[in-house]
Amino acid sequence: MSFTVPDDLRYLDSHEWVQVTDDSARIGISDFAQDELGDVVFVDLPSEGDDLAAGDDFGVVESIKAVSDIYSPVSGTVTAVNGDLADRPELINEDPYGDGWLIEVDLDDESELDDLLSAADYEDQIA
Amino acid sequence: MALRQSPLAAVHADRGAKFTDFGGWEMPVEFDSIRAEHEAVRESAGRFDVSHMGQVTVGGPDAEALTNHLVTNDVADLDPGESCYAAITDDAGVMLDDTIVYRLPADWPDESDFLFVPNAGHDAQMTDRWTDHRDEWGLDATVENRTESFAIVALQGRDARDLLGPETDADLSDLGRFEAAMADVAGAETLIARTGYTGEGGYELVCPWDDAETVWAALECQPCGLGARDTLRLEMGFLLSGQDFDPDEEPRNPYEAGIGFAVTLDHEFVGRDALERVDAEGPDERLRGVELIDRGVPRHGYAVTTADGDPLGTVTSGTMSPTLDSGIALAYLPTERVSPGDLVRVEIRGEPKKARITTTPFLDR
Repeated sequence: MSFTVPDDLRYLDSHEWVQVTDDSARIGISDFAQDELGDVVFVDLPSEGDDLAAGDDFGVVESIKAVSDIYSPVSGTVTAVNGDLADRPELINEDPYGDGWLIEVDLDDESELDDLLSAADYEDQIA
Repeated sequence: MALRQSPLAAVHADRGAKFTDFGGWEMPVEFDSIRAEHEAVRESAGRFDVSHMGQVTVGGPDAEALTNHLVTNDVADLDPGESCYAAITDDAGVMLDDTIVYRLPADWPDESDFLFVPNAGHDAQMTDRWTDHRDEWGLDATVENRTESFAIVALQGRDARDLLGPETDADLSDLGRFEAAMADVAGAETLIARTGYTGEGGYELVCPWDDAETVWAALECQPCGLGARDTLRLEMGFLLSGQDFDPDEEPRNPYEAGIGFAVTLDHEFVGRDALERVDAEGPDERLRGVELIDRGVPRHGYAVTTADGDPLGTVTSGTMSPTLDSGIALAYLPTERVSPGDLVRVEIRGEPKKARITTTPFLDR
């Protein structure tokens, strides 16, 4: 089985991705992670304005069979939460890098991005 | 210890199944998605490999006496080709396992009179239990662990009969619930039993280990793993041995577990006297359905409390019900404090979530 690992994202070994545009970062879970979890049925996410530190668990994604903590790849303040997931958590399965995104944060320190895995490194990890 | 494998393990791997360790067996947990598999069974049909379930046969002049003394239901009432659900209890009435006991039809291919199906990983223990008691009581019976002689394929759902019909010489319209008959299925000599663990109609097919692939391939419909098996049984409030009761972790008697219907006190069996007292006094706690009103997924070990936060009990099994689209759970709760309809809370990661006590099954079936 092969999984999508977009080149333009950075990854955590715990299967979160981060996409950086200017000084904002969007965070989600990888295609591999959604497949491992199976049918996602519930998400618990922080609120706008919450502060996150890199490595913090900031919420959970629950599938029928498992509960999974999600970790923040970066430090920053939450600026947006994907409200569609409350009614349609299955978006995480259907489009993990698109409509299934979790939160956006205002980055504290862009240099933290250097500590994250490249697409190639992450691909090696899940191979 | 190496995990035991079903004769269909390679077939499942080729089909892209994800596997899990269950009761010492490596079994498919998911083929496509739990939701898709669950819906197939509720709406049309699905097939399950349940070869991890134990199979123990009992034969000889005292086969009936031995079996009847070790299960809560009265198997003397069974005619050949009939079966019943029963618990296996210890002296204190605590459930060691639950099982289906079949009195085998006359054309079963050997001298065995009974087949019973303990849960995954309990086959050796239950075979020993039968042989130890046989010896202790001086009975004349042959007890054989056949778990790795037969595979079991469960075909469940409203289309089950249409799928099985063309593959067998059995007259399926003749087969009532909990009845079983020997027949040819896709060339394999098979015990077709009208039993299951999903709440839908369907069959459990006990066939020779080496014929499992042929039987499995003949029943073309959605393959389903243990994940869907769990959501389907939980919607019906069916017990899972080792989780909703367990002699060490969750010692419970059949009345607490809500299966008093499977206890027949007018026959002698191990645990009978203890159970007679429980039946007379009524159990202090009873397994109840809990359905979440708030969004959330109740899971094993979560606390159930009153609206004020007073502890009432603990979830033994819970999931997100694919059919109801709400969280459902089973929990032992005090009979005097909690009745169906009451509002309670389930604590999920420190948050009290609103829930309602219900009777089971959660679905009308």
